[in-house]
This record gives sequence, C-alpha cells and structure tokens, in this order.
Amino acid sequence: MQLSRRQFFKVAAGGLTGSSLVAMGFSPTAALAEVRSFKLARSTETRNTCPYCSVGCGIIMYSLGDRAKNAHAEIIHIEGDPDHPVNRGTLCPKGAGLLDFVHSKNRLRYPEVREPGSKEWKRVGWDEAFDRIAKLMKEDRDANFVAKNADGTTVNRWLTTGFLAASASSNEAGYITHKVVRNLGMLAFDNQARV
Amino acid sequence: MALQSLDIAKRSATTTEPPQARKTLEVAKLIDVSKCIGCKACQVACMQWNDLRDEVGTCAGTYDNPRDMTDQSWTVMRYAEVETDRGLEWLIRKDGCMHCEDPGCLKACPAPGAIIKYTNGIVDFHQENCIGCGYCIAGCPFNVPRISKKDSKAYKCTLCSDRVAVGLEPACVKVCPTGCISFGSKADMQDLAEERVTELKERGFTNAGLYDPAGVGGTHVMYVLNHADQPTLYSGLPANPTIAPTVTLWKSIAKPLAMAGIAAAALGGLFHYVMKGPNEVSKEVEAEVEKELEAEK
Repeated sequence: MQLSRRQFFKVAAGGLTGSSLVAMGFSPTAALAEVRSFKLARSTETRNTCPYCSVGCGIIMYSLGDRAKNAHAEIIHIEGDPDHPVNRGTLCPKGAGLLDFVHSKNRLRYPEVREPGSKEWKRVGWDEAFDRIAKLMKEDRDANFVAKNADGTTVNRWLTTGFLAASASSNEAGYITHKVVRNLGMLAFDNQARV
Repeated sequence: MALQSLDIAKRSATTTEPPQARKTLEVAKLIDVSKCIGCKACQVACMQWNDLRDEVGTCAGTYDNPRDMTDQSWTVMRYAEVETDRGLEWLIRKDGCMHCEDPGCLKACPAPGAIIKYTNGIVDFHQENCIGCGYCIAGCPFNVPRISKKDSKAYKCTLCSDRVAVGLEPACVKVCPTGCISFGSKADMQDLAEERVTELKERGFTNAGLYDPAGVGGTHVMYVLNHADQPTLYSGLPANPTIAPTVTLWKSIAKPLAMAGIAAAALGGLFHYVMKGPNEVSKEVEAEVEKELEAEK
C-alpha cells in the first residue's frame, strides 16, 4: 500500500482522535457481568453431626484442598446436609454459625486437668488423660462398689461416680455407652440432651 | 456467551443491549411470615456464605439484632408488636433486598456495570464498578442498599447469585428450620403462596395475601402476609412501593432531554461550520482598515 505524506498524517490524526474518544469514555460498554465464583467448587466434603443439641442435625463441612498429601485441609464452610433425615439441609442459628465455633480461639483443643487445690488448668496428653481417668475410676469403684445390700441381696451398685454422655449420639453410640456404664454398675447416668 | 454464567437483562448506565434471544427461568424467594419463629438462622447463614461478620451490637430493647441492615448484615429480622383485631400479635419479617422487576437502584445508578439485573430476576451489585455515590439508596423504594465505611461501596443481598448460578438455593432458604423461606420458579412460588393464603384464610386470617407489589413491576422476593391489607404493620413494609418521582424525572425525562440538548449543540456547531465556515477577515477589508489607521496618523 502506498501512503503519501499527507495521507499518513490523516490516518495518524484519525487514529489518535478515535482512541482518545475511547480513552475518554465515549465508547459503548458491553453489557457484561459475572457473579462471584462458586467458592466450594472443588473443596472436600465431609459429613458430620452438629455438636450442639440432641436433635443431632447432619452437617457437611467443606474444607480447602482435595486431600492431597501436601495440601493442609482447613474448614472453609459448613452447611446443613440435605440428605440427613433429621434436618434435611436446615440448621438453627447456632448450627449455621458452626464455622466460627470450629475456628474459635476459646475452643478446647486438648485434654486439660486442674489438680486438686490448684487454680491452674494444665495441658495433658490423651494417653495420660485416659490412663488417669481409668486409674481413678478403678480406685473409686474398688473402694465404693456395693455388691450386696443390707439384706444380702445382690445389687452391684457403684454410686460414687456419675457419667455424662454427649448430646448428639446416634442410637448405636447411645446403646454402647449405656452398656459400658451399666456394666460398671454406675447408676448416675445422663446425657446432655438439651441445648 | 463468554465471561458470564447468568444472562443479563439490564446493566446500570449502559446503553448497549444485552443478548435477549435466550429465555431463562425466572426465580423467586417466598417468605411466609406466618411460619417464621424469628430464630435468625437466615441472618447467620447469610453471613457465613457471603463471608461477612458484623460487629457485636447492643440491645435496644427489641430482638432486632443488628438494629438495621449494614454492609455486613444483608438481611435483618424485624420484630413488631402490634395490636390487631386478633389481640396482640408479634409480626416478624425478614428484611432485605426484594429484587424488583423494575429496580430503582439500577435506574438511579450512574456507574456502568455497578448494578446488574439478570434475566432470572436477581438484582446484583458489582462493587468493583461501584463509585460509592449512594444514588442506589435514593432509588430504592425499600431502603435496602448500605454503603460500607471501609471501602465506600454499596452492598446488599445478592440472592446468593453465586449459588443460584450453579443451581443451588440461596443460603437463607436452605438453612430455614421452619420452612418459612422457599425458593423456586416465580410461578411455583406464586402457587405455593396461594395455597398458604387459602390455609391462612381458613384459620381466620381473612386478609391474608401475597405481597408482590406491582409498583416496582413485581418482586423476586415475595411475602405471604397474614395481614396483607396492612403491610406497614410489618415494621414499615411499604404498601405501594414505587421508584421515587425524582429518580424517574431525572433518569427518564431530564437525562434524555439533556443528552438531546448536548447532541443538538454539537450538531448545530457542525452545521454552522459547514454553512458559514470560520469567521475570517478578507484581505481587502484588512488593507482598508490599515489604510484608515495610517490616515489617522
């Protein structure tokens, strides 16, 4: 293509005018918009039960990563499990706010013990906690177990220790808990069945 | 269509027409206030899904907490104790964006692409295009948008457009433990409302009805009210919401007139240049004037 000096100036001036108009905002904008990307697209879903009350709503916890070895999971969202017969996806305000409960600074994350006479809570390991509880339970049971009452009837009672079970137990977990507790002869037994 | 998962019906301050050949399902959320127990699970679920955390508020003598919508609280339960012919009634209403068919916020918005109405009925704010002028608040008949103090941009309920775009229900709908909030096609929600209104009428709420105000072309968040004849009982729900006349006057009359004026001025200038040309002094006149000046000397 042949351009004379004059034509070249014309083309350059035309181009400059056009691009300046666009830069100054005179170009019509396309009607485009996109919604916020779906934040759970490839997160890992884990089924669980809400820890609050005895209704025991099913929840789904969505965590970061796909369980790859080097990916460190972190719960990013929690909502109701639509397949759970109890709540069918719904939750109460406490259950709906579980994410902040999981990440709360005040959450108890490990066993602690407050020794008799002490004001301080001391962190202990799980093995230590289990051994200690088992040892104390056995000591108390050996000392206070009532095999027969005054009339000589066999009663097999252990009245000096009680057991408080969790609220959101399934039928099966409740059955096993009951078996363990009653087999030991314990009578004071309840579960936290309310909010 | 590239770059979008929902088709666009309207875009603020944009004159180019969006593609219109496809027809998508018109959705709606139905809030049956007669089933609401005021538990606020919807408020919590909204904050969880949208990654919002409001400040801990103070008690003002009612259960309203927070007391008003904020940039962090896009939905708020409003509790009203009112005396009706049935005695003292506790009317609880989940307040938030109504997703109008004819959104006043979008009409008032001067920032291109800051407010979008999708073809499914959702009205969404795009904060990256928001200039924080607050005109959407003036344009809204329900007083919904709130400007954030952090970034001076307007925020409100999105009807969980990110969830709806992938085929899910909004977070508040999913969480509601009494089934007070439902989500589906607008036609289905109208049918559901009709069934419920019949039930309520049988139970003695003779004025029960659906709130889907025609003044804003209908809404995509509708209420079943047990006193539909007096919506204002429900913490001031407007009886006949319309876009403010100032916004209509400005956007529908004054703005097109001004645009026509600017165009006429530009066109007039062009015609004047073509017909009359530049105002030049001819050589003869110049020479004459110079002669006169010399003669005066």
